[in-house]
Amino acid sequence: MKNIANKLTNEEYEKNFAELHPPLTKNSAVAEANRCLYCYDSPCMKACPTHIDISTFIKKIATDNLLGSAKTIFYSNWVPLTCAKACPVEELCEGACVYVEKGEKPIEIGRLQGFVIENYFNSDLPRLFTQKDKNGKSVGIIGSGPAGLACGAELSLLGYNVKIYESNKVPGGLNTWGIAPYKLRQADSLKEVDFIKSLGVEISTGVRVGKTISIEEIYNIHDAVFIGIGLGDATKLRIPGEELTGVVNALDFIEEVKNEKWSDVNVGKRVAVIGAGNTSIDAVTEAKRLGAEQVYIIYRRGIDDMSAYDFEYEIAKSDEVIFLFETMPKRIIGEKFVEGIECVKVELGERNEKGKREINVVPNSEFILPVDMVIKAVGQNINNNFLNDVEGIKIEKGKVVVDSETYQTGNNKIFAGGDCINGGQEVVNAAYDGKMAAHGIDNFLLEKS
Amino acid sequence: MADLSINCGGIKSPNPFWLASAPPSNTAYQNCKAFEQGWGGTVWKTIGEPVMNVCNRYGGFDLNGVKLAGLNNIELISDRHIDTNFKEIAETKKLWPDRAVIVSLMVESKKETWQDIVKRTVDTGCDGIELNYGCPHGMSERGMGAAVGQVPEYCKMITEWVTEVSTIPVLVKLTPNVTDIIYPARAAKQANADGLSLINTINSIIGIDLDTLEIQPSVAGKGSHGGYAGPAVKPIALHLVSQVVRDPEVGLPISGIGGINNWKDALEFILLGATSVQVCTAVMHYGFRIVEDMIDGLSNWMDEKGFKTLDEVRGKSLQRIDDFGNFNLLHKTTARIDQDKCIHCNLCYVACEDGAHQCIDLIPVNGHNKTVVREEDCVGCDLCAIVCPVEGCITMERKDDSSETKTWNELVSQFKDEDKELTWENLAEFQKKHGIVIH
Repeated sequence: MKNIANKLTNEEYEKNFAELHPPLTKNSAVAEANRCLYCYDSPCMKACPTHIDISTFIKKIATDNLLGSAKTIFYSNWVPLTCAKACPVEELCEGACVYVEKGEKPIEIGRLQGFVIENYFNSDLPRLFTQKDKNGKSVGIIGSGPAGLACGAELSLLGYNVKIYESNKVPGGLNTWGIAPYKLRQADSLKEVDFIKSLGVEISTGVRVGKTISIEEIYNIHDAVFIGIGLGDATKLRIPGEELTGVVNALDFIEEVKNEKWSDVNVGKRVAVIGAGNTSIDAVTEAKRLGAEQVYIIYRRGIDDMSAYDFEYEIAKSDEVIFLFETMPKRIIGEKFVEGIECVKVELGERNEKGKREINVVPNSEFILPVDMVIKAVGQNINNNFLNDVEGIKIEKGKVVVDSETYQTGNNKIFAGGDCINGGQEVVNAAYDGKMAAHGIDNFLLEKS
Repeated sequence: MADLSINCGGIKSPNPFWLASAPPSNTAYQNCKAFEQGWGGTVWKTIGEPVMNVCNRYGGFDLNGVKLAGLNNIELISDRHIDTNFKEIAETKKLWPDRAVIVSLMVESKKETWQDIVKRTVDTGCDGIELNYGCPHGMSERGMGAAVGQVPEYCKMITEWVTEVSTIPVLVKLTPNVTDIIYPARAAKQANADGLSLINTINSIIGIDLDTLEIQPSVAGKGSHGGYAGPAVKPIALHLVSQVVRDPEVGLPISGIGGINNWKDALEFILLGATSVQVCTAVMHYGFRIVEDMIDGLSNWMDEKGFKTLDEVRGKSLQRIDDFGNFNLLHKTTARIDQDKCIHCNLCYVACEDGAHQCIDLIPVNGHNKTVVREEDCVGCDLCAIVCPVEGCITMERKDDSSETKTWNELVSQFKDEDKELTWENLAEFQKKHGIVIH
């Protein structure tokens, strides 16, 4: 990079990456739990993609039954600490809280869930569930992200031998590598991974399917296979200059930050992030918090079109991110290093039936934004190298096609869930897929035997 | 501003708010501080026999995170030297001539002892005496407190000893730990008491520490029953006050006590006939400063409702109390849910379905549930309305036009006139005639 941002002091880094929602004390958790109305058939539970019985786990906090509360949560969701901290709760459970309709502050469900699970992880982990006797069958899981972990945990309790194949040296997928550290620290994700391992799930790291081991081999070893590989390569911008030093993929950048060795991560003095999704916000705020002086979001559509949640937009604004809406990158300028990005203004037409607006370039509106680093965050594509070789698996619009109830792919021994089937949603959606797929697998193998 | 002054059995104070005989009224320092903040009177913490207290003395009953919904104690009467108390009482009264200083007394059941302490009390210049016949712990085992209050004959005898020599008004404080509070109340009347204070604390075990299994409060591992007070006892106190007030043989002014936390609580006691009210737990929780809002709130309410003095307010709700047999059986209400206000917590549904009469349907609409009352099945119990967390969302709508009334007593005598037995069948016939469906 041509102009690397000055490094900060350790105190500054720690302050910048301190948790947005620090853990509740017991007193404050109990007070908040007592505020919960204990709704019947509660809207929050329905809004949670994993349908955690939220009012029940909250009432258990109030009655000082924290173990029972943890059990209620794990019963529906195997990665509840990650969800507690990384879920867009404003859009899900807390957004559905009846207090919102009452015109009052919703119950802090995310923080209460985090309190319960952290309390459990800090205990000597008494057994919450009885494991069925081993049934002699085994399931191979590809990917140790939330979908794979949830599938593995559920199957292990059902009596299966479970082995997860993970290409990274450190397991957890995006829970470990893809969430802004001020929301979730890596150590929290790894506590969850360790807990799932304690249920008997084996995780083999540094194993890349298609390279270290073939998909055929996994297919042959196991009675069923679950694919929870998420998404892979970042979508290309397809503009000149994309190969310059200083152009990075958002997820690679976020992953580097997740090592939590803040001063090892170089960011430019001026950074432009292309795209306005939630990943873009993570990337831009992290760049700012690492010491970048000027940070931009460049987005070709308008404020109403961006997929970033409102609260993410608020975080970005409070980090002094400059949003360039209706602006399209044309080329990245520089000899070897990024020196700037040439953009052009666009005009948006009427929305079509899909809600998308036509983009019309404004003639002669080109301008050059001098930047030292460009972070690409315009989406990811499925990494389907090894899937292409598997008979029966269909990929449509970049998603693995599965049965919506059983999560079975076109190959009846192979199941899939998470980002690779939905094109990229929340951790909580993947956690639900993994759990439900485990039951799909169980039903399939029971019928077979 | 309305006139809040009162005269309770000859004891006058500028407002009806008195400190109850309890830890907040233990010393001259406390009583004077309370008067500075506006309290109209104080009942000095009971003085009498030599005692010693223990640690710990209080136990709190917390409810869903709310501290001290109830409070129990095993503290005894004043453990300060009686001479110190007399000296401080005299000084306090001298400093605060316009406030009511009442002294609570408790000694062993001997005439000379009682008459001696009464005379010494009168000599302090105080405004009145309150006889502590209520203390349910520690003293009762020594034949005092509730041990007297629970036996109307003792109550009468000792009160007579006191009224014989007292030149100032005498209030008798009653214990609720009896089957029928009317009898000790009548005994006090017969013994020429000038008024009654009620209720004293209720026998209680406040709780158990689930780690040590010790009774709370724990005195080096041992616990006992104590006296229960605080907001949770108010409904019991209100009832007992109304019972005493309504008894034609008692006819004494009442100082109401039990769970009074604010002006609204106090007003309820006054509406049921109390002249003054006494407060302890709320002061133990929040300090003397609470009296400011008590005075302010009561006065504002009186101004708003057009009452000029408390005499106009006192006992206003007594006429609303009647026997069950005089209630109109044909009064019909059903619940109405305001769908615009509903927040979809479904608490009305589950309360009605599991806890009452199964008259609310849960109908899925756009991802949430709509709660709909089946009016034909609604028995008008009003459980849904009281569990609803949204003010004014569920109301009980009157369905009869009040053109017809029939009370249980009237029905029974009608059956008698018609030579009918009180049978399920005859009752069903009456219900059918009036469209009353029991399901």
